[in-house]
This record gives sequence, structure tokens and C-alpha cells, in this order.
Amino acid sequence: MSEPARSDAPAVRARGPEAALAVLLQAIATLVILDSLRVGVGWADDGPRSGYFPFIVGVLLLASATWILVSQLRRWRADRSEFAERAQLRQVMSMAVPITLYVGAIAVVGLYLASIALIAWFMLRHGRYRVLSTAAVSVGVPLLAFLVFERWFLVPLPKGPVEALLGF
Amino acid sequence: MQELVDLANGFSVALTLPNLGFIAIGIVLGVLIGVLPGLGGANGVAILLPLTFSMNPTSAIIMLSCIYWGALFGGAITSILFNIPGEPWSVATTFDGHPMAQQGRAAQALTAAFTSSFVGALFAVLLITFTAPLLARFALKFGPAEFFAVQLLTFCSFVGMSKEPPAKTLAAMMLGFALAAVGMDSVTGQLRMTYGVPELLKGFDFLIAVIGLFGIGEILLTMEEGLAFKGRSAKITLGVVLRTWKELLAHWVLFLRSTLIGCWMGITPGGATPASFMSYGMARRMSKHPEEFGKGRLEGVVAPETAAHAAGTAALLPMLTLGIPGSPTAAVLLGGLLIWGLQPGPMLFVEQKDFVWGLIASMYLGNVVGLIVVLTTVPWWAAILRIPFAVIAPVIIVICAIGAYTVHSSMFDVVLMLVFGVLGYLFKKLKYPLAPLVLALVLGDMAEASFRQAMLLSSGSLGIFWSNPLVGSLTTLALLLLVWPLVGRARAAFGKGGGPGKRPVGLGG
Repeated sequence: MSEPARSDAPAVRARGPEAALAVLLQAIATLVILDSLRVGVGWADDGPRSGYFPFIVGVLLLASATWILVSQLRRWRADRSEFAERAQLRQVMSMAVPITLYVGAIAVVGLYLASIALIAWFMLRHGRYRVLSTAAVSVGVPLLAFLVFERWFLVPLPKGPVEALLGF
Repeated sequence: MQELVDLANGFSVALTLPNLGFIAIGIVLGVLIGVLPGLGGANGVAILLPLTFSMNPTSAIIMLSCIYWGALFGGAITSILFNIPGEPWSVATTFDGHPMAQQGRAAQALTAAFTSSFVGALFAVLLITFTAPLLARFALKFGPAEFFAVQLLTFCSFVGMSKEPPAKTLAAMMLGFALAAVGMDSVTGQLRMTYGVPELLKGFDFLIAVIGLFGIGEILLTMEEGLAFKGRSAKITLGVVLRTWKELLAHWVLFLRSTLIGCWMGITPGGATPASFMSYGMARRMSKHPEEFGKGRLEGVVAPETAAHAAGTAALLPMLTLGIPGSPTAAVLLGGLLIWGLQPGPMLFVEQKDFVWGLIASMYLGNVVGLIVVLTTVPWWAAILRIPFAVIAPVIIVICAIGAYTVHSSMFDVVLMLVFGVLGYLFKKLKYPLAPLVLALVLGDMAEASFRQAMLLSSGSLGIFWSNPLVGSLTTLALLLLVWPLVGRARAAFGKGGGPGKRPVGLGG
């Protein structure tokens, strides 16, 4: 996060993420305003141009994000509110990182194999399940998804090279 | 009494065998969604929406709305037995529900919760039955300016009534509007804010946003607690049900008050969650034994559950009649209507009578079926909750990914879901409200269209929003609600001696 990591620090304060999110919103607002100016914020012969409404939205977003940022900066030193404890953030990261890898893996090997890996990882690593029950759940859930979506509702899910080899 | 004839027709639509089946499936899925963390009414419906594309719209909305009722029921189970609110609107139910379970009165608490939910919903459906046609007829006369004024009122009341800081509510809402504007402008055909990325041509789909914000975001949030479910078990017997019902009869004033709070908060986009807290607070203040609240009072379960269910149901009234949803879940249902090619709003009551009245009839049936299902199957749901989070969490992530992918069969959407998930976590942690973001994303195009049409009519003069008494009073009311937080803040600043201000208006977390 925004502070140097010290192992004895009890919690991450909210002020860093708070300011960062406000800056991110300001950046988005700037993108909205710039593009609205590009397509035109005024009037054409047939009425308001495409940028008319988004421009107002962009300005209001910029204003509210700036308001949040300024009021955060004004009480920067006094603000001791906590974002989360470090142990909690570690927990969150132990979930966020696998999800990110999972989404990446879906693009490469398809949803089925990626799901098997994700469920197996959590059950073995966090649940300390035996291999047999892990295998049953991690294969069973994607198999059920296959039956429900591909067979009954005829909705195709992302597949990779392995499924192609099997002829799907 | 045209309404009763229409309603009878509606029952003949809803009472067909396939539709009764969809009601039952919807309720069971809904309770499951309500019980599991990370899956809620809004994103549960969003995930299942693609499965209904091939169904006929009436059956589809019956099933989806029943998922919603089921989720409302399900939230109470986890709150009472496990002290874990499965849904944000059942947080207030934990205050007295869990202490009751600890004292061995779990069955009584659950019966009270389910019955209250049922009563709250029933009153709200009655309200919809008799006021929705009137409101729709009234709204038929609306022009673009009136529609925009109603939308303005919706969004301004978010800023004015939200318990989150107004700047953050505004920022979340404007982010929603900005995301809604991305892609092709439907009026001029011009591309907006795509910055050369071809995936953005279609714009941001609110279903993906809902799945990410509420699904992945919620999982990340739950992970913080490193959840270990430790709960009580309960079995509801007929004797307990009858005894509790007898006891509940004495609380009819409480029911009435909670229902009124719920209906009001549901129609105005306050939503079920603030309604449940408000109702709990009122019940405690008006009770003869306020000190016993929080230690296991039956009223402490009745008040929030009645209000939450009434609000959740009443949220469909503005959605059906005006096309303006009162809650995120209603917003998702509205998105479903658009996908099935139905334009929500007053014309729906003229052109799609079967659909509207079938839906309203299914609300009665769904809540009856829901009450029976939850009363009889509580032990099973409690057993599901004993499955450790290490199994539940990855399975829910898989379900979210499938849901996000199936909306457009697009891998880009799965990545977007992840981005929205992280955003949802940050928003929750930093106390930005999610509902205005979702509603703005859903309503963005409609709000923009009515705004532009109004501007066209008046050649760009804002005076059109005060051009007749109706639109004028709507606009003025909206602006009053918008500045309400400022009034509260001024009062707090100038009148420090005069007691604490009711509404904390400080900015920032």
C-alpha cells in the first residue's frame, strides 16, 4: 500500500488508499472530460452533441473526487482511521492473487481446467483437505457446470487446447 | 376494480405448471444465494440472467424475481444461526436474532423472521397491485422532462438520504454515468470514450459490474475475517411455528409500522438495508423495554425483517411503472426486461398486461412458496453453511466467472469482472456506496436520452424543468434533497449546543 511496509505496524491507515482512489477518480473524470470535448459539448443542428451529457458527468465527478481528496489532505495528520490490519490484507491478497491468476488461466487453458486448479488450490492450501475429497470437489464442480451450461442450456464456456484434444 | 380482474388473469398466467416450477426453482436457488456469502440477490440474478435469454420473458422474470424473494428469506438464516449476515439487509437481524439462537430459541427466531418477511412482502405486493396501475396511468402523461425530473429525484435522494458521505455518493454515481456513456452514442452514432479499444465499443455491461462489485468484492471482504463458520443448528416444528405466530399477533402495530417504513424506503431508492436499520431503531425507541434490545427480543427480529422484505418488494413498484429501479436487484431485473425487448415504464401496463400481472401474481405465490420452503428446510441450509469457506469461496469465484463470461461470451468481460471486484472491495472499505454506481450504470442511457430530448424541446433552456407544476415540483424536490446534507452540516456547525445532529455528514472514512 502507500506506506513503507513495517512488520510491527499494526494496521494500514485509510488515508493513503483514500487519497489514491480519489486521484484515480480524478484521472477517470479527466478522461471523460477530454473525450467529451473531442466529440463536442455544444449544440449541433440536430440538438445537443454527444459530449453534452458526459461532459456534465465528468465535471461533477472531477468536482466530487477533488472534494474528497482535499478534505482528506486537510486532515492528513489527524486522520488515524484504519483501512485494514496487515494480517487481514494478507488474507485478502491470498484470495486476490489466485483470482487474478485464475482469470489469466481461463484465457489460456479454458475455464474447466482453470477451475479445477483454483478449487484444488484452495482446498489443499487453506482447507487442508485430503487429496481424494479435493479431487472429487474440484473435478465435480466444473463437470456440473459443463452439464448445466453446455448440455442443458447450450451456453458455451471458454475452452482451451485440452478440451479441443478431447473433441469439444 | 379492474385491478382484481387483471390480477385474476395474472394468476392464470402464473399458475401454469411450468411457471409454478420456475417459482419453486427460483425460491430454492434464491435461498441458496441468500445463504452463501459473496452471492447476493443482485449478482445472483445477474449470473443467472443469461440462462433465461432463451426462456419466454414472463417465465424468466417470474423465476428471477423468485430468486430475489428467496434471497431475502435466506439472509435471515445465516444472521440468526451463524451471526453472519448473508445479505447487507439482514445485518440488523443479527442484533437480536443471534442472541435468541444462543439462548436456544433459534426456531422461534427463525419462524418470527420468516413470518415477518412474508408479512412485509405481502403488504408491499398489495401496495403494488393497487397503486401500480394508477401510477402507470399517471406516468403515461409524462414527457421527457418529467421522466428526467423523476430520475433526478431518484439520484438526488441517494445523495441526500445515504448514510455515506455525500461527496462519495456523488462520485460513485457519476462514475456509473460515465461508464454508461462509454461506447457508441445511440443518438448520433458517435464513439465515446473508447480511446481506440475495440472491446469498449459495446460499452460497460452493468451485469459484469454487478457480478464483480457484489460477488468478487464481497469474497475479498469476507476473506479479511478469515471466516470460520460456527453456528447453531435448528429444527422448526409445527408447534413452535404456531406458538410463535400466536405471540406475533400481539405485535401488529410493530408490523404495520415496519411495513410502512419498508414500503417508503423501497419506493424511494433507500433500499432494504437502510429500511431494516431504521425500522430496528424505531422499534427500540418505541419499546417499553429498550434496554432488552440486542439481548434477544422478538421485536428486534420482527422489525428489520418486515421492513427489509417490504422494501425489497416495493422497490419493484417504481421499476415497473416508471422504469426506475429502487434497489440494485430491481436494477438487474430491469436490465433483464430490456434484454428481453420489454421497455419498462408506463406503457408496459398497456402493452404487456399478461407479463405485468403474471409477475405481480407470482409475487404473491412466490412469497407463499418461499415461506413454506424456508420453514420446512432450515436444517439443510444450516448444513450448507457448515461447508468451510475454503471450499465455498473458490466455487463461488468459478460461478461468478461463468456468469460474467456467459453475458456476451467474452473473455474481456471476465477481466472486467476482476477489475470491478477490486473496485468493489476498495469502495466498501472506503465507504463509497455501491448502489448509486449500479443504478447510474443501468439508468445512464435512459437518463441521458430523456435529458437530451428535454433539452431539444426547450432548445437548451433548463427552464423546461420548471415549465409546469408537476415537473417543477419534482425538480425542486430533487434539488432540496440534494442540498439536504448541507443543511444538516450547517445545523451541526452553528447549533452545537442544541443536541447532537442526527446525521453525521463528515467527509471521508
